[in-house]
Amino acid sequence: MDRRVYGVETEFGLIHHPETGRGLPPDELARYLFRPVVEFGRSSNIFIPNGSRLYLDVGSHPEYATAECDDLIDLIASDRAGERIMHDLAQWTEERIRDDGFNGQVYVLKNNVDSAGNSYGSHENYLIPRTTHFRRLSGILLPFLVTRQIIAGAGRVVPADQENEAHFAFSQRADHMWEGISSATTRSRPIINTRDEPHADAAAHRRLHVIVGDSNMSSTTSLLRYGATDLVLRMIEAGVPIGDYELENPIAAIRAISHDITGRTTVRLRSGQELTAAQIQRGLLERVTRFVTEQGSHHRHVETILELWARTLEAVETGNHGLIDQDIDWAIKKRLVQQVAARHGLELSHPRLAQIDMSYHDVNPQRGLFHLLLTRGLATDVLSEERITRAMTSPPPTRAAVRGEFLSTARAYGAECTVDWVHHKLIDRPLEAVMVKDPFAAQDERVEALLDRLGDRGAQLRELSGDERSQRGVTVALTEKYAFTGEAAPPEPPLI
Amino acid sequence: MSAQPQKQPHRPGGDQTPESADSGQVKGNPQASERVEELDSLLDEIDTVLEANAEEFVKGFVQKGGQ
Repeated sequence: MDRRVYGVETEFGLIHHPETGRGLPPDELARYLFRPVVEFGRSSNIFIPNGSRLYLDVGSHPEYATAECDDLIDLIASDRAGERIMHDLAQWTEERIRDDGFNGQVYVLKNNVDSAGNSYGSHENYLIPRTTHFRRLSGILLPFLVTRQIIAGAGRVVPADQENEAHFAFSQRADHMWEGISSATTRSRPIINTRDEPHADAAAHRRLHVIVGDSNMSSTTSLLRYGATDLVLRMIEAGVPIGDYELENPIAAIRAISHDITGRTTVRLRSGQELTAAQIQRGLLERVTRFVTEQGSHHRHVETILELWARTLEAVETGNHGLIDQDIDWAIKKRLVQQVAARHGLELSHPRLAQIDMSYHDVNPQRGLFHLLLTRGLATDVLSEERITRAMTSPPPTRAAVRGEFLSTARAYGAECTVDWVHHKLIDRPLEAVMVKDPFAAQDERVEALLDRLGDRGAQLRELSGDERSQRGVTVALTEKYAFTGEAAPPEPPLI
Repeated sequence: MSAQPQKQPHRPGGDQTPESADSGQVKGNPQASERVEELDSLLDEIDTVLEANAEEFVKGFVQKGGQ
């Protein structure tokens, strides 16, 4: 597909750390965190004006699902907007719990594992044509995803256990994958989930749901992660021969690769061949590069993605991680961990380094360690501040724009409504509910007509400026787009 | 959706051409000590933002499983 719809769902870790004693339990803290959400949308599971979804998931994880995006930078900006929203909510929560007599700090971490070994995810969605042969897709995609951690992993300080010393691994999620492909998510986490809810025309599309990825802090790493995956999908869809990298045991392979930061570990293919993760990635990158040379770039970031991909593989192959220690999360984090360890003379098993690992993922821009590096120019970025702020309130130009406009307009008129990825319904006009099955459609005449029933929008609604909105609400993402300036309905004529 | 901000990942220090990167290596020493100072300052800042009791912080970070 030349144009593809992408989305990513991020589950966040949440903790309260008081000055002394125990913090609030996660579920109670999550209820505090989501009070402004419930106040805005009367539920803890809502779509918001930027087209994204904000909700409390199983286990009281705050979760943010980006709107459907058809551009990688839009996707990454929407994801970062989600981090900002969580940060705003956390700041608010810190004040509220103080009013209620609890001191200390509230942390929202965009990572994937806690200190007790619980894991929570970063789920990617890619729209693919229904015609894509699923067996061929998984045969190619699975070895790509198993080895993708060396180019897009978030890195992890793995504590010592009975068998192994503390060490640095490529991935947060690798140890928590139990199956290659299946329809379950909680019971037995598969790398590719086959749950087929396309949120689109099911005859034309399916939604590929990938749950193996680590949550990324670096937008540069995110660009490589989503961009490389899209390129591999594109080759699969085009039906070009790609070579056979099918793994004998994908789950054993994903773990073995993660735990050897030297990249020398080999994994066995079904053909009997033994290859390193970098060799498999190299093979796929060469094929992708040839494909792009023949077919041309289908978007403006392709060249950047290919350069980053090649440089990251070189860093793994040569052991010169300095080539990417401002661009790729695991390498950025590894350098930081080593610097802190060297300064204080710490072994990798020291809790301070586990703390560094977790704090790297803190979404607070003044406290999170990735953000400190970014501010100091020690990490690269593909987003501007303006772009992130815009993504907090403005949907990308896809079906998300229809949803955002529908929500904001109905709210301005005080008309109750419900929406999901596909449906748009005014509670008072249930028979006129509109389904928008095309996720690329940034406009829909039927939805426009439905909104026209509410009144003369041009005359009655005034769009609030960014400044006005930032003065209101706990987070700008939970503010009204429009102010109703129309005349109130004329008063009943007096009875004579 | 008019202006697309930075699309290319940018390195700090701005738009280094290969030549300026090369000439940078000639006067290595002042830069090296600058880097050491920068690193010290970063690590100092990290010490101030992190909770002092690392072990308590790490142990206290327990969630329920997700998805």
